[in-house]
Amino acid sequence: MTAQEVRLCGLLLREHFGEVVEKVGTQLLRSGAQNLRTIIHETGLSVDLVKKSLMVLVQHGACLFSSGRKGPGSPTEYRSGCDRILRILRYPRYIYTAKTLYGDTGELIIEELLQRGHMTMSGTVKTVADRLTQNMEEGRSMDYSEVSSAFSKLVETHFLQRCPPLAGAGTADSTNPAPGATPATPSTPAAPPTPESFPDCYKVPHMTLVGRGKRQLTAEDGEDQRNAKRQKMDPEAHGDEGIYWQVNFERFHLHFRDQAIISAVANKLDQTSSEIVRTMLRMSEVTTSPAATCTKPLSANEIFRSLPASYNIPRPILDQYLTLLVDDPMEFVGKAGESGGGMYVVNLHRALANLARATLESVVQERFGSRSARIFRLLLRKRHLEQKQVEDFAMIPAKEAKDMLYTLLSQNLVQLQEIPKTPDYAPSRTFYLYTVNQLPTARMLLQNCYKTVANLIERRLFESKESKRLLEKSQRIEAILASLQASGAEPEQLTEVEEMITAPEKQQLDGLRLHINKLDSAENQVDETIFRLESDVNSTATS
Amino acid sequence: MAGKGRGVAAFTFNIEALGIGRGSMPEARVGPSPLFPSTDFKPVPLKAGEDEDYMLALKQEMRGTMQQLPHNIKPQSNKSEVERYTERYLKKSQIEDEDWTPDWNLFPKELMPQTKKPRAKAGTKKKPVKISRKETEAMLSKLDALAKNDDRNPEKSDDETEKKPGNEEEEEVEAEEYDEEDIEEVSLQIRT
Repeated sequence: MTAQEVRLCGLLLREHFGEVVEKVGTQLLRSGAQNLRTIIHETGLSVDLVKKSLMVLVQHGACLFSSGRKGPGSPTEYRSGCDRILRILRYPRYIYTAKTLYGDTGELIIEELLQRGHMTMSGTVKTVADRLTQNMEEGRSMDYSEVSSAFSKLVETHFLQRCPPLAGAGTADSTNPAPGATPATPSTPAAPPTPESFPDCYKVPHMTLVGRGKRQLTAEDGEDQRNAKRQKMDPEAHGDEGIYWQVNFERFHLHFRDQAIISAVANKLDQTSSEIVRTMLRMSEVTTSPAATCTKPLSANEIFRSLPASYNIPRPILDQYLTLLVDDPMEFVGKAGESGGGMYVVNLHRALANLARATLESVVQERFGSRSARIFRLLLRKRHLEQKQVEDFAMIPAKEAKDMLYTLLSQNLVQLQEIPKTPDYAPSRTFYLYTVNQLPTARMLLQNCYKTVANLIERRLFESKESKRLLEKSQRIEAILASLQASGAEPEQLTEVEEMITAPEKQQLDGLRLHINKLDSAENQVDETIFRLESDVNSTATS
Repeated sequence: MAGKGRGVAAFTFNIEALGIGRGSMPEARVGPSPLFPSTDFKPVPLKAGEDEDYMLALKQEMRGTMQQLPHNIKPQSNKSEVERYTERYLKKSQIEDEDWTPDWNLFPKELMPQTKKPRAKAGTKKKPVKISRKETEAMLSKLDALAKNDDRNPEKSDDETEKKPGNEEEEEVEAEEYDEEDIEEVSLQIRT
């Protein structure tokens, strides 16, 4: 929970949930597990606001609560983690992936679940069907069964999972027995049970939900809206009360990791090799655990049979491709045996480490130039080198090599290792070797990325605040235009309203829009780097 | 300061071991490093393509939607009495379902908002509290009576118990005013 992470989480909470939730959230992140009274006291907010904020955080899975440390009678404690809040950066990527895999229906399901935290299946299906109906032509509407089938497909492939039922929430839940959960004895405050420890995690409930999406009429007065609200509040039991679904981020991360490996192979070798690797990863989707170092061994015969029909490469060519992949220095694919025509595995952790290393190298190259990048790569491969050896191996003149090495050293990308000849560490009798440690350097760059995104968000907020008056004016004019158009106005009135914004103001607005788009897009792309570095750091930490 | 003047630029170790000469030292620092240092290499331009544009649109939409949802809690703002003309148009674009009824099974009981009932109970609760306080104080005063006079002690305990109901009433009054303010400025109603 570094300072940069806390700052970034605070900004993300502020953008999406408001400043009140930001205050409560940062208080929880900074000071660990606390009970309600402490939070109220430290933040200085009113009891009501703190309670609502905590509910919002729990709803979205950002905050966990458990009974206190001192035993069953002590007040409940709330704790929060940075990881879940940092996922908010990646929401657009999750939604886009769902769109590519499952179409518009899947996209809307994931979007609704991300916005609401967790929902029941029936609630999600109804809302998504209504939204889809809204965008379809007049007279057509979306059937609930189509949305339900898309939902079931998402659950089958583990992109959605049930929320874990809580042990100490006050009501005894016997509907979902949980053999892996700790019962109500809080003697050992163990880690909260993961959703995967429940056997029903991926079971779709039997649900009676028949109907079609309703097209929402644009309500002119508030009264119509209230009538619509009353209709929605009719309690219809669909047979799945109490079962809430949430998005399974880990599954999405596995998908992103696979995509990264496939695109890396395509860039380094060629399209056919990437197809082979894609086939291998697809075959081992269900058999590989998320934290595995490499996939289960697959025989060349199986791979040959499972290749997509459009790629009819003959068997010997496939063997040649596999040999090439194994011999490649990036070590994406390894050979695990000779039976069945050769057993091959995809080395997941090594692939992630190589991807992170490539990221580090490219960072050095873009910041300090290609010769410094050459020194950096040299040190990564040769581990420890003396000053003289660096100059010789890199084939760079001594003075420039010294300069570059010291720049890298001052930026902490390169470390100095002392090897004494005598026990008193006398400088004249000590070897000084330069070295690069990949893991600490990756961690440092990860923190830099968090700081970058936080700076981008702050700059965007600053730009919006500067032109707040102008933005509000344009919003008002758009709203007036929309209402005029809805009530059928003449073109002259519309142009008159449009001319309320002068030309230089329009220019300023366009420039502002361009800046904000650039900053937003930059946030998305820094998040890709964050994902690569994070997955490498996490995989090295667990292995 | 034995080395001053003679060996002011002397190092404690053999400078040749690090491979640097006496002349190639960088200039001494005169202050903290600049906040925005000049970079020799300009950053690579952002990736631009359909995917990126779509994700950008998704991100901005999601941000806008989440700010309209009831999850977004706004700090208490004083609503002006006269509704401004401009706000009338902005209101129409807000999301309809402003109420959010969470499932109380998933949250700890203490997060449920307090309804008006506990206030009536607080009145009845006070008496047993007072009685218990009075009892303990009576016990203490009895114990004190062994060492001190009987006249002073009952007066003391009466004064103390009088102060406490006074404090409790003040707190009660503050709590009432507070809750009324809450009910007036509501952006999120929670129905139990």
